[in-house]
Amino acid sequence: MKVSLEWLRELVDLDQSAEDLAETLTRGGIEVEDVENLNKGFEKVVIGEIVSLIKHPDADRLWVCTVNVGQEVVVIVTGAQNLLVGDRVPVALVGSTLPNELSIRKSKLRGVVSQGMLCSREELLLDVTVGLERSADGILILLPDAPVGENFGKYLGREDSVLDLELYPNRPDCLAMVNVAREVASLTRKIPHLPKWTEQNQVLTLPTAADLQIIIEEPELCWRYAGLVVEDVHIAPSPEWMQRRLKASGVRPISNIVDITNYCMLEMGQPLHAFDRDKINGDIHVRAAYPGEKIVTLDGVERTLQTDTLLIADDAQPLAVAGVMGGLDSEVTKDTKRLMIESAHFSGVSVRRTSRRLGLRSEASNRFEKGIDAYGIVATLGRVCDLLLDLGAGRPVALVDVVKNLPPQRQVSLSASHTSTVLGAELETAEIRQVLDDLNFAYTEQEGLFKVSIPTYRADIEIEEDLMEEVARLIGYDRIPTTLPQGDLTQGRRTPEQEFRRRLRKALAQAGMDEVITYTFTRAEADAQWGSAKHSIPLLNPLREELGVMRTSLVPGLLDVSARNVARRNTDVSIFEIGNTYWGEEQPLQKLPREELRVAGVAVGKSGRHWLNQPVNYDFYYLKGILEEVALEFGLKLEYRLAENQGLLHPGRSADIYLQNQCIGFLGEMHPSLEKEWELERVVLFELEFNPLFERMRQTVRAHSIPRFPAIQRDIAIVVASETAAEAVMSKMRKLGGELLQQVEIFDVYRGKPIPDDHKSLAFALRYQSLERTLTDEEVNLLNSRILEGIQQEFGAERRK
Amino acid sequence: MKSEILRIGEETLQQLKELDKQEALQELKVKVLGKKGSLTALLRQMGSLSVEERPIMGQVVNEMRSRLEQAWEERSVELETLALQKRLATERIDITLPGTRVPRGHHHPLTQVVEEIEDIFLGMGFQIAEGPEIESDYYNFEALNLPKEHPAREMQDSFYITEEILLRTQTSPVQIRTMEKLHPHLPVKVIAPGKVYRNDDDATHSPMFHQVEGLVVDHGIRMSDLKGILLNFSRQMFGESREIRLRPSFFPFTEPSAEVDVSCMLCGGAGCRLCKGTGWIEILGSGMVHPKVLEMGGYNPKEVTGFAFGMGVERIAMLKFGIEDMRLLFDNDLRFLQQF
Ligand SMILES: [Zn+2]
Repeated sequence: MKVSLEWLRELVDLDQSAEDLAETLTRGGIEVEDVENLNKGFEKVVIGEIVSLIKHPDADRLWVCTVNVGQEVVVIVTGAQNLLVGDRVPVALVGSTLPNELSIRKSKLRGVVSQGMLCSREELLLDVTVGLERSADGILILLPDAPVGENFGKYLGREDSVLDLELYPNRPDCLAMVNVAREVASLTRKIPHLPKWTEQNQVLTLPTAADLQIIIEEPELCWRYAGLVVEDVHIAPSPEWMQRRLKASGVRPISNIVDITNYCMLEMGQPLHAFDRDKINGDIHVRAAYPGEKIVTLDGVERTLQTDTLLIADDAQPLAVAGVMGGLDSEVTKDTKRLMIESAHFSGVSVRRTSRRLGLRSEASNRFEKGIDAYGIVATLGRVCDLLLDLGAGRPVALVDVVKNLPPQRQVSLSASHTSTVLGAELETAEIRQVLDDLNFAYTEQEGLFKVSIPTYRADIEIEEDLMEEVARLIGYDRIPTTLPQGDLTQGRRTPEQEFRRRLRKALAQAGMDEVITYTFTRAEADAQWGSAKHSIPLLNPLREELGVMRTSLVPGLLDVSARNVARRNTDVSIFEIGNTYWGEEQPLQKLPREELRVAGVAVGKSGRHWLNQPVNYDFYYLKGILEEVALEFGLKLEYRLAENQGLLHPGRSADIYLQNQCIGFLGEMHPSLEKEWELERVVLFELEFNPLFERMRQTVRAHSIPRFPAIQRDIAIVVASETAAEAVMSKMRKLGGELLQQVEIFDVYRGKPIPDDHKSLAFALRYQSLERTLTDEEVNLLNSRILEGIQQEFGAERRK
Repeated sequence: MKSEILRIGEETLQQLKELDKQEALQELKVKVLGKKGSLTALLRQMGSLSVEERPIMGQVVNEMRSRLEQAWEERSVELETLALQKRLATERIDITLPGTRVPRGHHHPLTQVVEEIEDIFLGMGFQIAEGPEIESDYYNFEALNLPKEHPAREMQDSFYITEEILLRTQTSPVQIRTMEKLHPHLPVKVIAPGKVYRNDDDATHSPMFHQVEGLVVDHGIRMSDLKGILLNFSRQMFGESREIRLRPSFFPFTEPSAEVDVSCMLCGGAGCRLCKGTGWIEILGSGMVHPKVLEMGGYNPKEVTGFAFGMGVERIAMLKFGIEDMRLLFDNDLRFLQQF
């Protein structure tokens, strides 16, 4: 809502500047988003009269002018050649900043001091309608009656500021100037001066009975419809003051009739529409559109209507889409002689639906959508009558007012002591009385208990808490002290699951991976590739098509981030995300889907580029190492089994990850055939379900004592077939070694000469130790050779010397 | 004999000066003072001396012996010092070269801010509650006093999945879910961090973003308590000298409602670019829980009251770290992330 300060001043006594008023309103709960000074650039531009004009002694083309600017006479040097003594011109005094951003300073031109500047149209960003014809190639020359000394902006009718109100949905009443004035009056304790039509129970009496009927066929959608019949219509431009206020409010002036309806809407909050009475055949019907019914709207577009569209129609055809736009046929034209001016209630829901569908939103539809005061419908027409007569635009003759349904007039109780308790501020009953008086709400009071009659324009006040807010905002929220809740002491603590999520994130970051957060919606194809197309949930109205489905895998988001970084030459990427995936069980969804937390990581490039050390490629083992660290930290026994993948991962470099025989994710290098699609080479990745990790993590640590007896170490090196899994060999060793074999570590894997083709050499360090005694070399040698024999048999291994 | 002792002594002292290795030093010591050393041999010959001469000679030998031992000690220390100096000289490195990088990952700035907020409220006795990101119309709107066709629904453009299921536009549905779960237990004292979604995308809006909701319900909760808790939070988050102010506002699920401004952390309230000259920065929305919402959660609004608040994590992160464009937070450029 744009509020002209000049207009507002007529409706309420104001002694604040625009900025101070904006602050008062904002602190009072009516947020002022912007204060626009219409006079901007003209603050120090005044109208001056050329008193004398002398050639500059040292410059042919310059003139030294003496200019009367009202309070004083100044000397100004100008290069313009179109001036005569006695001309009235705009003078930018020293200190001005013109609309074109030019700053005016005191200056010396060839030895003569110039105390300002005479302005051209261009410098003031004005069009040719201002000033005399002689202004064309020089200084703007004003009409001879321009008042010397007056501010130029004021002369142009621009000395006004406009407050742009950002209204919350609960205060549609402030879409009316009179209610803004009431609000200002309450907040500043001033008396508003409103048109008499704003007072309750105004009656509009007109001399004749109307020659048409109004039939409301949809009383749910139209509670009240009033038509004002006007004769002797004289179409002309509206007066300058009205045009100025309309423009300041962001409404384009058209003609006196249209302008009066718009002006009254802005003032009273009630949208109005003028029909050409002579184009109405028979009676007015407020009805739903027939199937396939069409109307050509004011903008010349033919529109086919849905049957839930509310129409204003006569006996023959539709005249207007209710609350949204008039029809072209019944439009007021320069030849219009008689009018019917509509003032009505239409359901906000209906208007919203229709205006959305037709893509037509206007000041009127906006007011209907937010809700109008059905009690003010005829009063607004009263105001219209006054203006029609004042402006000689027409003669109101008859009124039809059909009321189907009016909201109840509310009484709300307010307890002074309860208000103090809820706000936590000690308030006197007198203060609350004062607030209600300031609001101009009628009330009765008994021992601190108020019964407040809520004016019909304040539909937002329904319960005691609403009145408490009125009290709080009028006494000022600053009056509320700061205290702390008095109840029982509570323990703040993360749940074990929340704590685990946090620790898991820390562990991955400690392992050198950067955490990312990606959008949870992604491209359908990418999600289908890594997740499950069957379960992914499409959005009805995605922001963009590539954000069309809720993800069932974190991988596409991470790959996108990696590719984007690599493209920007951030070549070494090691990232992870912990986030939800979303699994719909049916299409379309009947119930809320399962949200499954996952953790995934992607790495591409090298780790630890440094002058001293060789960088390490991010590969399968790098990420596996990170996962092993994490598993160790949380006491998880992850198992890596050959992947049963579907072409997403390198078949020789990928694994499914199991936890207690349940597959919970994968780790591997991306399949080379996908590298082009994702614009990434040699990328390794993993994705794990979070819940199994959390459920099986070690809850508490049980400490083992350190063995008191010395350990004995033996190394075993063997040659086995290439495809033999090292883990299988180690597992066999553990089995054969029993409890004396405390640890098996692999310390070398080698292929190449002198090892035969298709074979590899594996070297293990075996650590023997007993908790009860010192082992002898002999028993260790015996056990070690038994292990060696065992694996030789099982894997066809040969001992390597 | 005496001259023999002196000769051996002088010779040895001379040799000591020429030796430059600890091992050689040790060898010489054995050669002179060892069991078969030359000085020891002389000592053995003392038996052939007279009773009068013996103590005199003994004294001479012992004096020489301790002289030599002291010389050895000195030379040994000298050599050690020399060796150390040599080692230090050869082991000089260029200390300006960069150190070996220990790989260290970074937590996303939003995670850091959420954790900080969580920690502050945990310290005030709040629990952390969570709820689904894909919500029903009922929890996201209706139970929060936003019936269908309520004009306030337009404040938020929602992503819909079906007519009844949508991506939550706020963390407020967790208020209802928490109350349903906890009632009639008192007090309710939770915060609810999480992702929320609105159909918007520019420098200050992202279609996915994060909020932290707060809810306290108990007997006798006052609006002044809301102010106290939020003042404490603001000081913990933005500095001990921060002040807050409340401005009337509107949320369908609170009444009275308040927008909360914190005094500008950059200029301290004098007015600057960050606070657009006002000295105040809006950080969150709040209010007393609307009686209808308490009822929807299973509590009797005649017996208990409550307050609720909600803040945008991105906005706080942007203020805290001086981030100008919200999109940077979801772009995940490593050069950006690795600053945190
Ligand atoms: Zn500031």
